[in-house]
Amino acid sequence: MKSAPFDYLRPKTVAEASVALGRRGANTAAIAGGQSLMPMLGLRVALIDLLVDISRLDDLKLVTETLDSLWLGALTTHAAIEDGKVPDLFNGLLRRVAGQISYRAVRNHGTIGGSVALADPSADWPCCLIALDATVRIAGRGGVRVERVADFIHDSYSTTLTTGDIIVGFDIPAPKAPLRWGFAKVARKSGAFAHSIAIATQAKDGAISVVLGAAGPRPRPMTATANQLTAPASSEEQVRAAITADFDAHFADLDAYQKRMHTANILRAVREMR
Amino acid sequence: MTAITVELNGVKVNDDVEPRQSLADFLRDRCGLTATHLGCEHGACGACTVVVDGLATRSCLTLAVMADGRAVSTLEGLRADPLMTLLRRHFHESHALQCGFCTPGMLITARDILQRYVHPNAELVRHELSGQICRCTGYANIVKAIVAAGQDIPHEPPAPEPAPEA
Repeated sequence: MKSAPFDYLRPKTVAEASVALGRRGANTAAIAGGQSLMPMLGLRVALIDLLVDISRLDDLKLVTETLDSLWLGALTTHAAIEDGKVPDLFNGLLRRVAGQISYRAVRNHGTIGGSVALADPSADWPCCLIALDATVRIAGRGGVRVERVADFIHDSYSTTLTTGDIIVGFDIPAPKAPLRWGFAKVARKSGAFAHSIAIATQAKDGAISVVLGAAGPRPRPMTATANQLTAPASSEEQVRAAITADFDAHFADLDAYQKRMHTANILRAVREMR
Repeated sequence: MTAITVELNGVKVNDDVEPRQSLADFLRDRCGLTATHLGCEHGACGACTVVVDGLATRSCLTLAVMADGRAVSTLEGLRADPLMTLLRRHFHESHALQCGFCTPGMLITARDILQRYVHPNAELVRHELSGQICRCTGYANIVKAIVAAGQDIPHEPPAPEPAPEA
């Protein structure tokens, strides 16, 4: 578990970091908390020539409440969110999600930006940010762009990030009324990678949305399920049928056990919300 | 090689390190501080947990170069720490170690738990310890020791170390 050799740079600005990450002919990686990258370097599944340390860039640390949203800088740690050090516009959902990630020593350093940049299929933040319809701001060599997190993540460990890109932070729209939500996770032990993540939310007008993570390459909104739940007087059989329809549409590779597990997990999240 | 300055157990240490060297290897191999143990070297076992700028930290998941300018405390540096003294006594009295390999990480994590929670119960301690592996499976007495140490703190737990500078 020793990494192969690499060079190390600690740029002073995002622009400098972006240039360093785009160095010609080099495999580069940005490190923030390093809580996923360090094991990957140790296992040598990530091989790099240059490590760019972005962990001290103040521009990535901003946390602020705007008129209608919450801005979370990419370097916001899971522990900071868990401890309520960021404004709570989502009725405690962010704190609940943050507190379940890995272990405290990892949460002290792991960042929300790092989690989304890696786009591990069983990570919590991609699922949560998609459920809250957040956007991600990315600084690259061509300037700054903003994308919905749902569009930003393409596949397992695959995003729209290209050479020289750095996630600056996330803009999460504030709900119009106190958010009703449910969060359910299946993991072998507390802190282990999730086998299922379900987040259900209900907006002011009663419309329900459900996002399922860890069931395929990326978290997906369960639209048929959400529509069925939003319809008045849905029976559990109808909801289960809608969940199955969503599996067929988004997660066709699930086996019988996984379908039962994800179904149970979704229903748990929905029950918690109600 | 990259020059770093680390405030290690209260003493400024200057050294040149390879960028790929983990903080754990730096502590053990360069500084001779072998209380920090390496079990899995990928963040799963918790034996290498140290304190960086007041935060419990996996020293195997941190590069020595990333600790540049930070304050690092290992178990050796917490000998006189009142909370650690209390925990040491309770680990002794509850027989909270068998082979002792996981103990440094357990003690640092236990101290972190008692800094964040007043009188934690066994359930909370078990949850908070889920990132620390004891392959002797001696968890029962470790949990007992931490709960008892928590009960021995009369009022508020000691203030945590100052937060890292932005």
